Amino acid sequence: MIPVEYYIVLSAILFAIGVAGVLIRRNALIIFMSIELMLNAANLAVVAFSSVLKTFSGQVFVFFVIAVAAAEVAVGLALIVEIFKAKHSIDVDQMSSLKG
Amino acid sequence: MTLDLALFLILALVAVATALGMLFSKNAVYSALFLVLNFVTVAVFYLLLGAPFIAMAQITVYAGAIMVLFLFVIMLLGAERLPATNVLPWQRPLAITLTVILAMESTYLLLSRARPSGSVLPPGAEVNTVDNLRAMAMTLFNNYLLPFEVTSVLLLVAMVGVIVLVRREKGQKS
Repeated sequence: MIPVEYYIVLSAILFAIGVAGVLIRRNALIIFMSIELMLNAANLAVVAFSSVLKTFSGQVFVFFVIAVAAAEVAVGLALIVEIFKAKHSIDVDQMSSLKG
Repeated sequence: MTLDLALFLILALVAVATALGMLFSKNAVYSALFLVLNFVTVAVFYLLLGAPFIAMAQITVYAGAIMVLFLFVIMLLGAERLPATNVLPWQRPLAITLTVILAMESTYLLLSRARPSGSVLPPGAEVNTVDNLRAMAMTLFNNYLLPFEVTSVLLLVAMVGVIVLVRREKGQKS
């Protein structure tokens, strides 16, 4: 028997690590992976609440989130490949074409 | 300490350690492999929470499809390592400080204001029956039929979008 708070705290910690990844890393692929980590942390909290409340709605939502994440990854990686073709780098510091 | 709690703490340790490994690996391939391990750990959490269908979907979609796509792109681009650039020297310590503050504040607010109550019971034998899956399917196709259909349209849009993005125009040099 595990209090649901433990799951929520773990979810918050994983989410914070994802935020740190987006802020610290300069590699566009790793920033992308950190976004996936944040989605996963949110999913964990949703499933934990769904399990406590004995309802399936949370699990259905997580199912949708997984589907949307798959679509997002496909589009995002295609964008990264295109950026790499244009700039020969996936360093986000290089993507400053609009900078005045 | 019960067996459940011990299992939870060990798994939580693995989850946080793999997330940190993903964050601090210099090589993007190692980051991707750490993230695969993290996804599998979260799938085991789903099993502990009595959601076997989500756990299997997590492993097939996340750890299978998405991470293979990531590894494929990393190796295709040959961009495992980036030269260390230091454009903003104060950015990294500031980011770490702010992230720690975010983690502490969100934990505090979630526990003090949202006040989640109740505890997760270990999943019983009823989770492993067909009725469990049937009940979830009833929820999905009765209450959430429209979002389900919208998701299918979204996947189609993503597919068309990716094809348009990576297609070369005729006569255009790469």
